[in-house]
Amino acid sequence: MNIHEYQAKDILRRYGVPIPPGEVATTPDEAEAIARRIGTAVMVKAQVHAGGRGKAGGVKFCKTPADAREKAAAILGMQIKGLTVEKVLVTEAADIGTEAYVGIIVDRATKKAVFMVSAAGGIDIEEVAATTPEKIHYHPVDPRYGLRPYEALQMGFFLYQDAKQARAAAKIMQQLYEAFVDSGCSLAEINPLVVTPKGEVVAVDAKMVIDDNELDRKPEVAALRDESSEEGSEVEARNANLTFIKLDGNVGCVVNGAGLAMATMDLVKYYGGEPANFLDIGGSSNPEKVVSALRIITADPSVKVILFNIFGGITRTDDVANGIVTATKQNPLTVPIVIRLTGTNEEIAVKILEDSGFKAMTDMDEAVQAAVRLVTGGASR
Amino acid sequence: MSVFIDHSTRLLVQGITGRDGSFHARQMIEYGTKVLAGVTPGKGGQKFENAVPVFNTVAEAVGATGANTSVIYVPPPFAADAMMEAADAGVKLIVCITEGVPVLDMTLVYPFVREKGARLVGPNCPGLITPGQSKVGIIPGRICTSGSVGVVSRSGTLTYEVVYQLTRAGIGQSTCVGIGGDPINGTNFIDVLAAFENDPQTKAVAMMGEIGGTDEQEAAAFVKQHMKKPVVGFIAGQTAPPGRRMGHAGAIISGSAGTAAEKIQAFRDAGMGVATRPIDFVPLLRERMKS
Repeated sequence: MNIHEYQAKDILRRYGVPIPPGEVATTPDEAEAIARRIGTAVMVKAQVHAGGRGKAGGVKFCKTPADAREKAAAILGMQIKGLTVEKVLVTEAADIGTEAYVGIIVDRATKKAVFMVSAAGGIDIEEVAATTPEKIHYHPVDPRYGLRPYEALQMGFFLYQDAKQARAAAKIMQQLYEAFVDSGCSLAEINPLVVTPKGEVVAVDAKMVIDDNELDRKPEVAALRDESSEEGSEVEARNANLTFIKLDGNVGCVVNGAGLAMATMDLVKYYGGEPANFLDIGGSSNPEKVVSALRIITADPSVKVILFNIFGGITRTDDVANGIVTATKQNPLTVPIVIRLTGTNEEIAVKILEDSGFKAMTDMDEAVQAAVRLVTGGASR
Repeated sequence: MSVFIDHSTRLLVQGITGRDGSFHARQMIEYGTKVLAGVTPGKGGQKFENAVPVFNTVAEAVGATGANTSVIYVPPPFAADAMMEAADAGVKLIVCITEGVPVLDMTLVYPFVREKGARLVGPNCPGLITPGQSKVGIIPGRICTSGSVGVVSRSGTLTYEVVYQLTRAGIGQSTCVGIGGDPINGTNFIDVLAAFENDPQTKAVAMMGEIGGTDEQEAAAFVKQHMKKPVVGFIAGQTAPPGRRMGHAGAIISGSAGTAAEKIQAFRDAGMGVATRPIDFVPLLRERMKS
């Protein structure tokens, strides 16, 4: 789960990370009032779950409260990578001396949380990683001991020669690590970590991604979810315990299991079609899940055929069949449907479907070809 | 022969009285797996299906029954502890089916289990099956048939699909291992490939990977350097859109790694067969087992 910059900063502030003052606004009036309270020049920053906000015009420097009002009016409602900006962060414009990068990610290779730090921070950090990897220092953390002070200080001195700055950065890294673990993050980063002309070390931007598997046991973190900033159909899918990603094609896919779902999409493409979505109904599927899946898929006007590919293991295919029958009784389909199912309780499922006038197939390739033929008019491979 | 599990597997089931645990314990018993014990704290002394003794702790279960393998069906908040408890009790093979284990829990479980000298498969995996001998996990028994192809996969239902197609074509399997798709898991492709290379029953290997990470590329390098047996690979997600970006850190640590094209190229460079569709495993494996 992504959280906004202002939310990540609120968390980090609680751990003592020095962060310039700022508040979130949803209207130009609020933005102006916040800028007046801060009393210095401010930055107005779009709060959306997308990278490249600055390059998209979603981050602006404002000298006066009136200026902040005007810039907020322009940014609120703006589209960045398909997402509408509903909130802006109005924050003191820090004087920037140098910009460093500090990030933590759970790394598959070392199976640990790994720090990545670089004195060459700022918006081009990925470029730095690609072209001058020696400028990035990696440090895996042993979870049993946490980040020891000496380890943090080593990284501090990798960033800064000045001992005071190195110590300040080390302290921030320990605070960041604590926040990372306590909040159940899979990623946390401060970019840039700024040294001001006065020599203070402050976090000017922050990002945190929460491991979805942590949300059940961390309700206070789960409460940070901002559904208004997500795609509507994806919110609905999540609430129904489905994994759904909208794509550009017209073959609506309903599959159980992520690997098989991806393989099904690949096969649609192989036979000359384009998948409209990735949709995984997961393991133990009850009929309601299938009803939700069909509602989400049929709400997309670009879907011209629906393809079910179900391999029953934990998933009982008769549950899926019942779901299809119930859903199509509630909302009769306006597009053709191709159903492939095999595995647990297959015979019962086929009977349920046939009694309601559906045809069931057992072979994956044949089903995908049939679905593609329905949208391409037989011009498939 | 086979890998990891066979006739001698003595299984205990952690979470045997739960919804998933009881259902699959019955399925494993039906398949012929030696299910010797169950563990559910607070239900010690009961009998599951009037036959399998239930214990409060894994240590008690191991002490009383000599179980050497454990399969875990407990809910995600308790899964990390269940894996550690099994390792601490001396269980040598731990298979965690549970989906949704927090990844930070796994950063603690992984080194703990290793230090205890146990092998962990999963979490978030379908488990293993050696057709005709033993099933540990949730892979449907009737789609499998005994034979000489080793199967290793990161996904569940995609494994079933491929095994089903192999069985329909008359190609049996030595052992099928689902290693799971989580970022930190106990057993990776290389561990399983090495076991298949050393297993006399296995003549060829079918390997199903997915986009993301670099495990498949490392596995391909292992195949090239250390394997004499033929390996055929498949990557799911060839047409998936570039994943949701995880901030800069994800891009810094993985660079461009993880695309299907890159993984397929690594397979080709290692001299592996590449299945474009699941059904392509059948002719590719047949061809390679002949020569």
